[in-house]
Amino acid sequence: MSKLTKDEVLHIAKLAQLGLSDSEIKKFLPQLTGVVDFIGQLKEVNTEGIEPTAQVTGLTNVFRQDRVDSANTLSGEAATGGTDKLYNGYFKVGAILAERSDK
Amino acid sequence: MDLPLTIKETQRGLIDKKFSAVELTDSYLERINKYNKEYNIFLTIAGEDAYKKAKETDKSEKKLPLAGVVAGYKDIFLTKGIRTTAGSKVLEGYIPPYSATAVARIEEAGAITIGKLNCDAWAHGSSGENSDFGPAKNPWNKKCTPGGSSSGSGAALSANMCLVTTGTDTCGSIRLPANYGYLVSLKPTYGAVSRYGVVAMASSLDCVGPLGHSVEDVETVFDVIKGGDGHDSTVVNRKPQALKSKFKIGIPKEFFVDGIDPEIQKTIDEAIQILKKEGVEFTEVSLPSTKYAISCYYIIQPAEVSSNLGKFDGIRYGNSRESFGDEAKRRIMLGTYVLSSGYYDAYYLTAMKVRTKICLETEKVFSEVDAMIAPVAPTPPFNLGEKTDNPLSMYLTDIYAATANLSGIPSLALPSGFSKKGLPLGFQLMGPRFSESNLFELGKKYHNAISYEPKVALK
Repeated sequence: MSKLTKDEVLHIAKLAQLGLSDSEIKKFLPQLTGVVDFIGQLKEVNTEGIEPTAQVTGLTNVFRQDRVDSANTLSGEAATGGTDKLYNGYFKVGAILAERSDK
Repeated sequence: MDLPLTIKETQRGLIDKKFSAVELTDSYLERINKYNKEYNIFLTIAGEDAYKKAKETDKSEKKLPLAGVVAGYKDIFLTKGIRTTAGSKVLEGYIPPYSATAVARIEEAGAITIGKLNCDAWAHGSSGENSDFGPAKNPWNKKCTPGGSSSGSGAALSANMCLVTTGTDTCGSIRLPANYGYLVSLKPTYGAVSRYGVVAMASSLDCVGPLGHSVEDVETVFDVIKGGDGHDSTVVNRKPQALKSKFKIGIPKEFFVDGIDPEIQKTIDEAIQILKKEGVEFTEVSLPSTKYAISCYYIIQPAEVSSNLGKFDGIRYGNSRESFGDEAKRRIMLGTYVLSSGYYDAYYLTAMKVRTKICLETEKVFSEVDAMIAPVAPTPPFNLGEKTDNPLSMYLTDIYAATANLSGIPSLALPSGFSKKGLPLGFQLMGPRFSESNLFELGKKYHNAISYEPKVALK
């Protein structure tokens, strides 16, 4: 039986960019353990020599022309209309690089 | 006024001037205003837009397939200029700059948009209780769930707040609300309808489909929304299967085992007898991997969820990731876990292989029969609050739904009657890919035989 540890839950939350409170960790740990334990039953299925299925359309490589379709293009205003965190018409994002501390 | 319950009745009434589209809109809005506070079905009511379109409808001479039809959409369909939340606080104030293809096509076909319907946040759930805006209640019994995740899409029809609705089905989310609301609905073949403009849950499973009061209405809406739009590369423009004159239906033995409610078993047994009298042949078939379908689904789906919800960072629109509710967080973590280094092969890759087995088994069955009959859920509508503390028990609600999604086949949910407690009962008919036309044919045959009439709650 697989049992998730608190460290594993914290690691997963970090990978998924979720900040969890202590009470959330306490709540999710047994719930996730229960589900992980349940889905582990797939180990008993014989899958030897079976190809994996990622999709079921039977289609491969659907291409389109890489052309601007003006009828299906949002204006800059419409495209940025979902937020007021803008600077000169651009989205404002959090910094991913820190300033050098050795200068 | 007595509101019509089918598209045909609606359009006849409009042509005969029994009522106008504005009067129809009035009546639906009256019911919404009367009951919505108590039943929490609409998240956004688009009264002004509805009246504008209704006035145009009354002036128009055009014969459109959905002229005068008042429609509501699950709140994960983007609607240009009308708030779209996906049932989540992350998108609490989001106003989309464009509409989903399904919505645009329904509107172009003449329908009047009346509002957006409650659902489990991000379509994660079977009861509607994962909505960040509180659960919708079942108009047939306020204590019960209307079924999820398209909870408002079912409840709005049961409460007669509009005539047709849309839903999405990743594992039963169109079929369960129909089943729990005495309604007809179609989970189409994967790739029959474009998902463009629909908030993605699990992209290899998600299907867009209609709910309504009759097979004819569901078929009409399906005909309006199906087919490629150039924006969803999974859509296949396949010719519908030719109509059959004789049918053979399989009864998958693995679906009729312990845990199925006796009243559901009975209603299906009766349906089989009724269809036999109509000349339909029945035979037992086997889908040996059925018991693994839900495990397989609860690996593939969270994996895709964790990827699809990765883009919600509150930068371009919406709120930050802190606004995700519990169930979204659980699924994001579960998906991240099964995809993470060291677990990928054991969980995700294995699930993809089990999916292949499930696909091969359904293919084999459909070389023997034209369709399969099965329950939609193991029980009639359950009480709100009954399964909320135990996610696993909630997941098992979808045990009969997973096969159709994993193998990409269509399934038609049909109402069949009511339980002793007065709760809706029904079943599903699954067919091979692109066999919708024949599922509709079977549905009509069954409903004709039982002299089916649409019914709504809250008189």
